[in-house]
Amino acid sequence: MNKILLIIQREYLTRVRKRSFLLTTILVPLVIIGFYAAIIAVAVSDTSDQETIAVIDEANLFDGGFESDNKESVTYDLIKNETAPSFKKKYHDKGYSALLYIPPININEPKNIQLHSKSAVSLNVKNKIEDEVDKAIERKRLSNENIDPQKYESINSNVTIENTLDSSDGEKKSVEGVAYAVAFAAGILIYMILLIYGSMVMRGVMEEKTNRISEVVISSVKPFQLMMGKIIGIGAVGITQFIIWIILIGLLQFTIPLLFPTLAGQIPQTGPTGVPMSTDSNMIVKITEGLQSIPVGLLLFCFLFYFLGGYLMYASLFAAIGSVSEDQQEAQQLVFPVMMPIILGFVMLTKAIQDPNSGLALFGSLFPLTSPIVMLGRIPFGVPWSELLLSMALLILFFLFCTWLAGRIYRTGILMYGKKGSWKEMMKWAFKRS
Amino acid sequence: MKILEVNHLKKYYATQKAVDDISFTVEQGSIFGLLGPNGAGKTTLLRMITGIFFPDDGEILLNGKRFDPVDDVTRIGYMPEERGLYKKMKIGEQAIYLARLKGLRKEDATRKVKEWFIKFGMESWWNKKVEDLSKGMSQKLQFVTTVLHEPKLIILDEPFSGLDPVNANLIKDEIYHLAKKGCSIIFSTHRMEQVEEICDHIILMNKGQKILDGGVAEVKQQFKENLFHVGLEETPQHISSALFEVIGQQNGGLLVKINEGYKPNDVLRFFIEQDVNVTAFNEILPSLNDIFIRLVEGTSVSRQFQTLNS
Repeated sequence: MNKILLIIQREYLTRVRKRSFLLTTILVPLVIIGFYAAIIAVAVSDTSDQETIAVIDEANLFDGGFESDNKESVTYDLIKNETAPSFKKKYHDKGYSALLYIPPININEPKNIQLHSKSAVSLNVKNKIEDEVDKAIERKRLSNENIDPQKYESINSNVTIENTLDSSDGEKKSVEGVAYAVAFAAGILIYMILLIYGSMVMRGVMEEKTNRISEVVISSVKPFQLMMGKIIGIGAVGITQFIIWIILIGLLQFTIPLLFPTLAGQIPQTGPTGVPMSTDSNMIVKITEGLQSIPVGLLLFCFLFYFLGGYLMYASLFAAIGSVSEDQQEAQQLVFPVMMPIILGFVMLTKAIQDPNSGLALFGSLFPLTSPIVMLGRIPFGVPWSELLLSMALLILFFLFCTWLAGRIYRTGILMYGKKGSWKEMMKWAFKRS
Repeated sequence: MKILEVNHLKKYYATQKAVDDISFTVEQGSIFGLLGPNGAGKTTLLRMITGIFFPDDGEILLNGKRFDPVDDVTRIGYMPEERGLYKKMKIGEQAIYLARLKGLRKEDATRKVKEWFIKFGMESWWNKKVEDLSKGMSQKLQFVTTVLHEPKLIILDEPFSGLDPVNANLIKDEIYHLAKKGCSIIFSTHRMEQVEEICDHIILMNKGQKILDGGVAEVKQQFKENLFHVGLEETPQHISSALFEVIGQQNGGLLVKINEGYKPNDVLRFFIEQDVNVTAFNEILPSLNDIFIRLVEGTSVSRQFQTLNS
C-alpha cells in the first residue's frame, strides 16, 4: 500500500511540475475568458456606435415624437421641409447614418417604407427601427379605433407558462434552457476528462514500456500496483487541473466588467431587443429559479461518482493498450475500440438532452461504457432512483471487471517486446489460467 | 551457506519450454555466472528469481525459506539487460525513488544515494536528467540503483555492456567488494572472458536446460584435452612417439596432445632422453569460450519453436 502511494506521488509530482502542465493550466482559462471577452467586445462595439437616423415622415406617424430617448444607441431626427429625393443626396453629409422614408400610407396596410443608407445597417439597428415604426403604427391604429392606449396596455396579455416537475420531494419549477445547459456542460466535461486523461495514462504506460523502466520497477512492486498508481496519480493531476481552472475562470470573470466599464449599464438593454426592463429582471429570476430546480447536490455527487467510475474504467483500458504497444502508431490502431464508446456516449448525450426519457437515453445511461457521459446529461431533468441506482451498480461492476481484465493484460504486455499487440492476443493473456 | 536454492524450476510458454527443469544453488559471498546463448532462457529464469514471473513448477528458496515475491524483493537487487530509467526525471530524485520502492525510508535513501554518488564521482549529476547522460553514465546510475538498498542477492544481466574499460573496472571492483562483504552475485552474460575472470561458479544453459554446472577451475579440468605446450631450445628433426601427437608449433616450442594412458611426466622424460633442453612445459586448459562453443555448437543458433503436447 505504501508503495502504491509512492508511485502515485511520483506520477503526480512529475506531471504537475512540468512546464507544459503549468502552461495549459494557466492558458486554458485565459483563452476561455479571452474568447468570452472578445464576444462581449463585439457585442459592445455594435451598440456603442451612436447612430442617428433621419426620418422623413409624410404619413405623420411620429407626430407624438419617438419612443426611444437620447440614451439609446439609435436616435431619430424628424426632418421637415425636405423631400425624400432631394434629401437622399444630403443625409450622409449631414451626419445621419440612414434615412427612413415613410411615404403617405394606409395605416391598415403599411408598405413602401424605405430605409436608405450608404452601407447595410446592422440587423440590430434595423430591428430597432422596425420596432419604432411598429409602435407608431399601433398608436395610430389605437387612436383611429378610439381605444385608450392605457386601456389597451391593460388588456394586452403576455403569458409565460411554467413547467412544474412533480417529484417525491415536492414540486419544482423547471426551466428547460437552464437544465439543458447544465446537462450538456456536465456531459461534455466528463467526455473531455475521459479522452484527455485516458490517453495521458496510455502515453505514460507506453513511456515506461519503451524506456524499459517497467522491468526495474516491477522487480520492486506488483504490476497491478504500478498500473493503479499511474492511473490514480494522473487522475489526481486531472482533478488538480480542473480545480485550478474553475478557480481561475471564476476570478477572471470579475475582470470582465473592469475591461468593459460601459458594459454594466448596457447588458440589460442589449439583451432582448425592445423588451422592457421588467421582463429582463424576470429572466434573471427565472434562471436562478431554474438553477434551483436542478438537484445541485445530486448533480455534484453524480458528477464525482461518474467521473471516478468512468475515469478508472477507461483509464485501465487505456493502460492495457499502452502496455502492449511500443509506438504511437500501434497504439492508435488498438485504441479505436476504446474510443468508440466514448464518442458514442457523446452522440447519445446530444440526443438525451433533447429527449431525456427516450429509450436511447435510457439505454445510454445504463450501459456502463456510456453511462458516465449520458447519465450526467439526464440528471438535471430528473431521473428515477431505480434507474440511477441500477446505472451506478452496473458501472461499479463493469469497472471492477475492466480493471481485472486490464491488470491481466498489463502484467503480460508490459514485459513483452518485439511482439505486435492485437486484441486477440490481449484477450488470450487476459483469460489464460495462471 | 546457501543463499539461493533453485529446485526443478519450470516455465513453459505456449510455443516453447523457456526454462525446463533447472536446479542450482548459489553460495553466500560467491560470484555466480549464468551463461548461455541468446534465447537459452536466462532472462526468464532471472525473472522468476526476482519474482516478476511465477514458475509453472519447482521451488525457489532464499536463505533456506520459500521465496516470497512481496517480502523478499528488498533482499534482491536486479539489473535487467534492458536498462531502464525515467528519461525526464532528475537523477538524484530517480535514485531515491527507486530505493524507496525497495522499501527504504526517505532519509536513508537520500543518505545512501549521496554516498554512492560520491563514491562513483557522480555528485554533479544530481539535478541532471537521464536523457542528458551518455550510455555509460546511465549504466553507472543503473548499477547504483541496483545495489543501493544493500541486497543480499544481486542479479546483474550483462553489467558491463556499453562501459569503457575504466568504468567497467570501477564496477568490477565494486562487485568484488560486495562479494567480500557477503553479498552473492548472479552474473548473466555471454562474455566469457569476464566470467573466467570474475566468477567462482558457473552454470551453462541451452534451450532451457542446464548443460553444465561447476566451479570455473573444475569445469576447465573436466573439459581439458591433455594439451601441453613444450618449450624447446631447438626443435628436433624427427619426433614420433606413441606417447603424444604433435598438434602444432607455438612460441618456439611444440603443442602436443598426450595420448590416453600416459602422463605429462612421460612426455617430459621423452624429451630429456632426446637430449633437448626443455625451457617450458605447461598445460593448456580450454577457455570457457571454447567449452561454450563446443557445447552449444551443433544446436541451431537461434532457437526453434517447439510444439508442446500438454
